[in-house]
Amino acid sequence: MLEHLELFFKSIFVDNMVFAVFLGMCSYLAVSKKVSTAVGLGAAVIFVLGVTVPLNWLLDQYLLKDGALVWLGPEYADYDLGFLSFILFIATIATMVQLVEIVVEKFSPSLYNSLGIFLPLIAVNCAILGGSLFMQTREIPNIGLAFNYGISSGIGWFLAILAIAAIREKIRYSNVPAPLRGLGITFIITGLMGIGFQSFGGMLTGDNEPPEEATKATVKTEKIEKEKEIKEEIEDEEKAVSYNEAINK
Amino acid sequence: MALLNKKDSKLILDPLADNNPITIQVLGICSALAITAELKASVVMALSVLFVLSAGNVVISLLRNIIPSKIRIIVQLVVVAALVIIVDQVLKAFAYELSKTLSVFVGLIITNCIIMGRFEAFALGNGPKKAFLDGIGNALGYGVILVIVGFFRELLGSGTLFGFKVLGDPVTKTGLYSIGYENNGFMIIPPAALIVVGIIIWVQRSRNRALIEEA
Repeated sequence: MLEHLELFFKSIFVDNMVFAVFLGMCSYLAVSKKVSTAVGLGAAVIFVLGVTVPLNWLLDQYLLKDGALVWLGPEYADYDLGFLSFILFIATIATMVQLVEIVVEKFSPSLYNSLGIFLPLIAVNCAILGGSLFMQTREIPNIGLAFNYGISSGIGWFLAILAIAAIREKIRYSNVPAPLRGLGITFIITGLMGIGFQSFGGMLTGDNEPPEEATKATVKTEKIEKEKEIKEEIEDEEKAVSYNEAINK
Repeated sequence: MALLNKKDSKLILDPLADNNPITIQVLGICSALAITAELKASVVMALSVLFVLSAGNVVISLLRNIIPSKIRIIVQLVVVAALVIIVDQVLKAFAYELSKTLSVFVGLIITNCIIMGRFEAFALGNGPKKAFLDGIGNALGYGVILVIVGFFRELLGSGTLFGFKVLGDPVTKTGLYSIGYENNGFMIIPPAALIVVGIIIWVQRSRNRALIEEA
């Protein structure tokens, strides 16, 4: 339960899709002129992330990972299909988006009317593929957490686009320097909001851990460091043991 | 430009400035910002996009009369994904450290809007040679911005360029640091990239007033 909560808040605030890793910026900038359309797109992103991340987690776990094919029989244990992940993830996303579009159109025309135009756009929104790829590199351990990760990073994206759309509606009344109008000022505001969101960085990291550098997705290096630490600990223990033995002798 | 006539060279030169994919068309920003803390990563990213976009444009342009328009997005995604897998595997084989720095952003070239945007807007309606030039031009326009942002962020943030200490050594206080210069840690954090791009847009639009948006 605690890890769910932690992942939830972390994906919304600390690793916010827009402010920390700049995913889905294209549609973030293009569709944030009005709050109402921004809400529509944001909701669609939450929904599609919530569907595709767990699905891609299953694909990763039972098809792509090193040795994931072991359920087919022991002779398949050596296969590593990791290099196929891009093409499979994007295929899942494209088909899911199509499927979602058809289902929503059939069963809830009103929702389709509000989301409809955005759904096809979403297949090429980097936040969606980014969600799946981060799920893979961060090695999320089970499908519940994968679902949680999808939904909460979707919520983070939703909050970001909602905030910028509201600001852009208000900024029309301000006297912005002409060359900065439109795109330029949106960039700078997003930058400032990003700096604001940096302050969440210390929220969930313990006292001893260094703050996370979200850009570099340091997961792998962290892992190596952890392995090093563990090795060092083991070596220390070995030293201690041999020292004790020496004393006992 | 002996090989290219005026129209063709326009295809390459236009996206470099007045029709720049990042600052004017607002495409491909996602990956542009996240990896520009170092110049080296920016250059590699720009080269990867150059390869994927020019090759992809040619492939799509060759296939343009065969692809049924209803499933064209999926066809495009498959073509890009195949090209990106090649780039990713090459990077992993020859520049492993760098591919770790770029992490998921190599994969995200697939959903880079520049690529889908150029496929839709250009490759589907033009022959392979033109499409190739358009791909080169747009990828260069993207690369130029990436390199500019990477240059300033690395120079001001870490005092290095491609990892070389061009401003002297901050620890032993040589070069500029001996007179009290400090690195600006602000440039390293991700949001700084947004602000740098914002400033580039500002400069570009005050030089060319025709580009200013209506309020």
